[in-house]
Amino acid sequence: MAFEKYDFTPITQSIHQALIENISPLLATVIEWTIIGVLYLLFIALFGLLLVYAERKVCAAFQQRLGPMRVGPWGLLQTIADFIKLLMKELITPKSIDKFLYNLAPFIVIIVPFLTISVIPFAPGLQALDFDIGIFFVTAVSSIGVIGVLLAGWASNNKYSLIGGMRSGAQIVSYELSVGMSLITMVILAGTMQVSEIVELQRGGWFLFKGHIPAFIAFTVFVIAGTAETNRGPFDLAEAESELTAGFHTEYSGIKFAFFFLAEYINLFIVAAMATIVFLGGWMPFHFGDWTTFNNAMDFIPGLVWFFMKVFGIIFLIMWFKWTFPRLRIDQILTLEWKYLLPINLFNILLMATMVLLGWHW
Amino acid sequence: MGAIIEKIITTDEIKTDEYLVNIGPQHPSTHGVLRLLTKLEGEIVHNVEPHIGYIHSGIEKMTEALSYPQIVHLTDRMDYFSSSMNNEAVCLCVENALQIEVPERVKYIRTIFSELQRLASHQLWWCASGMDLGALTAFFYGLRDREDILDILEETCGARLTLNYIVPGGVMFDIHPNFQKNVKAFITKFRKKLPEYDKLLTDNIIFQNRTKGVGVLSREDAIAFGVTGPTGRASGFSCDVRKHHPYSAYPYIKFDEKLGTDGDSFMRWKVRMNEMWESMNIIEQLIDNIPEGDFALKMKGVIKLPEGEFYQRVESARGEFGVYIVSDGKKNPYRVKFRSPGFSNLFTINHITKGWKIADLVAIMATFDLVIPDIDR
Repeated sequence: MAFEKYDFTPITQSIHQALIENISPLLATVIEWTIIGVLYLLFIALFGLLLVYAERKVCAAFQQRLGPMRVGPWGLLQTIADFIKLLMKELITPKSIDKFLYNLAPFIVIIVPFLTISVIPFAPGLQALDFDIGIFFVTAVSSIGVIGVLLAGWASNNKYSLIGGMRSGAQIVSYELSVGMSLITMVILAGTMQVSEIVELQRGGWFLFKGHIPAFIAFTVFVIAGTAETNRGPFDLAEAESELTAGFHTEYSGIKFAFFFLAEYINLFIVAAMATIVFLGGWMPFHFGDWTTFNNAMDFIPGLVWFFMKVFGIIFLIMWFKWTFPRLRIDQILTLEWKYLLPINLFNILLMATMVLLGWHW
Repeated sequence: MGAIIEKIITTDEIKTDEYLVNIGPQHPSTHGVLRLLTKLEGEIVHNVEPHIGYIHSGIEKMTEALSYPQIVHLTDRMDYFSSSMNNEAVCLCVENALQIEVPERVKYIRTIFSELQRLASHQLWWCASGMDLGALTAFFYGLRDREDILDILEETCGARLTLNYIVPGGVMFDIHPNFQKNVKAFITKFRKKLPEYDKLLTDNIIFQNRTKGVGVLSREDAIAFGVTGPTGRASGFSCDVRKHHPYSAYPYIKFDEKLGTDGDSFMRWKVRMNEMWESMNIIEQLIDNIPEGDFALKMKGVIKLPEGEFYQRVESARGEFGVYIVSDGKKNPYRVKFRSPGFSNLFTINHITKGWKIADLVAIMATFDLVIPDIDR
């Protein structure tokens, strides 16, 4: 197929070959790890900044403003300037806090996106880790983040932080169920948990269309629960500005605050990326039945572009939620999860299993 | 402040699982420097103790050293979102004491200005309480439309917030030639914009869940606490001064007093939204009929009130605003007391937030439309 020419495997393979032929295998592996690590670090830092900029522009559009316009053309350098400011700011450490936990919390929070991002296939052949339990790995690793939030809330020795941390704990633990279950629904359809395999299976059509009704339900639930899991509005209770000033990160400043901030945006990317991979075919181009000309034209767009187009679509949707809805109350959030989303999900798994058994999917 | 909290902890009987949180004086949802000493159990509010005094400016005492026209501009600084109504209250009180009748044109201009300010105030309340509930976009929608009113006000009197436009005996300047045209254009525009407000928040299911049935203030309690204005009317307490004790041009026009039934946060919201429609109706009835004539009476350079006590109340954007002047016949008053609506409204908060969550405390405060300098003058 035409889009195979955008495969990254030859590039990565040639680098690997070049390294392994010239130096010892151990050193080659170390160098490869370093390259991958640096690439991910760069990607997370730059993409985080890009998302902050995007959010400010999207929110400005909703609010009939222009957003950042002064620093650089269309304010493009605004987030970079902000980031430099955060780097240079004084790290204020309040008195009577648990110093060790206080300093540990931002690192735990920032580790999560680094771990989860490793299994995401950006394009054919552009994936760091591809094991057979990819989906399971993502759900498992993403639950580490809540520990960081709870630690931050507890160690700050501030009542607002504590309330924020507790809220966020209750919320993330609850919504992880929904995220996991909607992913399980799609795993039933796919029959595998390997991420690259799931993308490959959608060559003939995205799972959202292949799995029709249950897939649509799972997609809706996933987007709602994903929004809640990233602590974004209307589920931003943990940092509810008008109630808790800044919630669990009230006492953090400078780069430690930036860690929380960055982690939030990268988590947003990961939720969008998972939705893209599992429901919207990852880097697979959009094909429609037997419209050969249309399909061939679609194939000319590289997989990387397809992936980011879909990801930005979902990110825009989640931002849209935030800038439209008022905030829910803590009991309403838990009611939504335990009384509505969870039963719907359980029923949906059953529906999907029946459908797969009877072969009703396309 | 630490010592005060220590004292409360030791003297008050406090259970092991309750804790105290100081909401304010610097807090995003108190809209000023209000401090709420809140006793919480987890998320649930057990007791709210409002502490005021952080922005006390001693206006009542200052008035004793000032002449009556000078007092007017101090009232701008109390409830700065209904400065026109506050000005009007003082001026009406002075005029009543002197037993003079202002020209018809003045009455019309004063009423239009008051209603424009009420609209602007409710717009700001709408966007600020939207923000308290977490709907940040509402903030910009409200400010966008408020800007139009402020421009109209600025064109005539030069000020946007603290107008100081109404003076004893009339108004400071005549209305700008464009005033009527602009006001009519604004009303036509805002009639289309106001349904947007409902679309964005009032009809939203999350918003309704957050406000319906929350913080119910019964009619009896509203009367007992002296709650007035839209907050009192939401509880079914008919307390509109414009209706019961009409002043200025209100006797000449037809308008409804918007009453609520439930007294919950949603009803307080609804009453204010309806009042915006009603304010537009009032302005539309007046704007084309402003009579010709003088915009002010020729007053003496030094205004001396006769000896005695005088009281005048008006309906400000937040409720009944009263001015009580005790005069000993000199050019400055012996004592002035302002009855501000926010003060009575605020102190119901402990009564109606008990058992609700912190988020509800914020929602209830938002629907009370508190302006702190009005409470703490």
